[in-house]
Amino acid sequence: MFDSTIFLASLLNGITMGAVYALIALGLTLVYGVLHIINFAHGACLMIALYGVYALWAILGIDPYAALPVMVLMMFALGYLLQRYIINRAGHSKDERVLLLTLGLSIVFENLALIWFHSDTRTVETAYSLQTLSIGPVMLSLPKFYAFWGALGVSALMLSIMRWTDLGRAIRAVAKERTGAKLMGIDVEQVYALSFGIGLACLGAAACFLLPAYYVNPTVGNGFIFVSFTIVVLGGMGSFLGALLGGILIGVVESLGGLYLGESLGQVGIFIIFIFFLIFRPQGMFGGKP
Amino acid sequence: MKDIKLIVLFVALTASLPLITSSGVMLNFVVMALYATLLAQSWNILGGYSGQFSFGNAVFFGTGAYVQAIAQMQFGANAWVALLFCIAASALVGLFVGSVSFRYGLKGSYFALVTLAMAEIFRILSLSVSFTGAGVGLMLPLNNTFLGMQFVQKSGYVWLLLGLVTCALLLTTYIKHSKLGAYMQAVRDNEDAGRALGINPFKVKLVAILLCASLMGAGGGVYVQLFQYIDPGIAYGPQSSVEALVAAIVGGIGTLWGPVVGATALLLMSELTRNLFGQIPGINMVIYGFVLVFIVLFAPSGLTELGVSIRSLVFKKTISNSTSVPLDDLDSKPGEKL
Repeated sequence: MFDSTIFLASLLNGITMGAVYALIALGLTLVYGVLHIINFAHGACLMIALYGVYALWAILGIDPYAALPVMVLMMFALGYLLQRYIINRAGHSKDERVLLLTLGLSIVFENLALIWFHSDTRTVETAYSLQTLSIGPVMLSLPKFYAFWGALGVSALMLSIMRWTDLGRAIRAVAKERTGAKLMGIDVEQVYALSFGIGLACLGAAACFLLPAYYVNPTVGNGFIFVSFTIVVLGGMGSFLGALLGGILIGVVESLGGLYLGESLGQVGIFIIFIFFLIFRPQGMFGGKP
Repeated sequence: MKDIKLIVLFVALTASLPLITSSGVMLNFVVMALYATLLAQSWNILGGYSGQFSFGNAVFFGTGAYVQAIAQMQFGANAWVALLFCIAASALVGLFVGSVSFRYGLKGSYFALVTLAMAEIFRILSLSVSFTGAGVGLMLPLNNTFLGMQFVQKSGYVWLLLGLVTCALLLTTYIKHSKLGAYMQAVRDNEDAGRALGINPFKVKLVAILLCASLMGAGGGVYVQLFQYIDPGIAYGPQSSVEALVAAIVGGIGTLWGPVVGATALLLMSELTRNLFGQIPGINMVIYGFVLVFIVLFAPSGLTELGVSIRSLVFKKTISNSTSVPLDDLDSKPGEKL
């Protein structure tokens, strides 16, 4: 009954998908950690990024991987503007209001996409879409292989920005102690907008890695909302390293759950982890006492 | 007393509408407005009066809808008896969701997300088991009789829904003026202070979610009677959750008439956009989203408050007997006001 090749293939699939999940969750956890708001529109923004990659490919013929710099910049700009001109108007630390606001935004985004692109599911076909790579006894599709390393690379880049640049220091300072940071001369509103921008830029990168092996439709973001919320909660809200590990873990859980319980029931596992952690361990896997 | 008088007036006016007009479009509008009001009023009891924002009211709606359909189709229950079962079942689900999340002190956005996750779990489960008809859904057989709770004339649905909405309005009036309502509002405004005064917030929130779930479940049951069809996406998908909360927030949460005003205004607007743009799928929801964003940013107390402030501007008097709360105040951290 137990087939080790299928198990390994599924595990590998889970890890590669998990790396992309981690990148998506990294953006969410950054926004949560710095602004202390839950961006419910994160999934819808990923959908926008996916359509962006798709449009660049379909209209201009740009390869999804080559679109990376464009998408990162575009999503950064979108995030910056959203935070600067819309979300910050709802005020910070009023969490339900921001949740409602971002819910409203995600409804608008999703349905605008429905109007423009209709509900068809679209995919990108590239020369390498169907190529595979054998790792030991199992085959892995090439786009997934690239996605894994790409997602890890972008995550590493983002973590080093956070750690070693002045911008990163400013962001961490605001996350830890807003008033203190303000007194040190940091423009808090600017840091908020930049953080939101970086959070969405992660989605831009994730979309480039995701699309060659995935699809896009107006509601594609919904599938990612809870996955990324779960990862953020699992890793400890606001923790980058937690999000990385949590992402890979959730990828594996989803993949193995899908293998043994069936595609849709496997999803239930993720929701149960989400509820369980929020209730019993809101500080995440590694956190101490809340 | 003023509230009761207004309710009597509202009921009398709405109930007589089918006698005045037989226009299908008009009556259909009234039916859908009453239906949306019922959902919004349900959300309002939990979100508006008790301050617990649910994003997953669909979990009650769907349970109500499925019980209503299954009780009739598989157990041969009378539709009216089924409605009782459906209310009881959704109340039970409400009790479950409430005791799981309130027991461990989930608040604010986290409560909202957990309710949404619950609705998703139910959606996936209803897709996977057979007695819900899985992805195919359930089709209620036609039975156009009073006992079957299906009416050829729209007026039947008007009166049915009006009855339920009246119950919801009376319940809300009771909450507004009773000790229970005072407890709820205390828990909403400052839970710690409430506890210090001897209120048990867990119990109060549990009662609130129970009432909310019962009304929402009734809404689900009526949905099945109206459309004779239910599937996992309709039952547990986000549509009904969003409808309930947007209508309540647009109208003004924590007010008796807010949900009525909000539901009617939204429906009017979506009819208008349909006339302007035709049947473009999604355009309706875009408007919903924009309205939600607008209200949260610029009129957090909703349309009824907006109306009150305009009226007070015009008539130069302040009307202060409303219990509505702007969204800002709901979130103030305990201690800030002390």
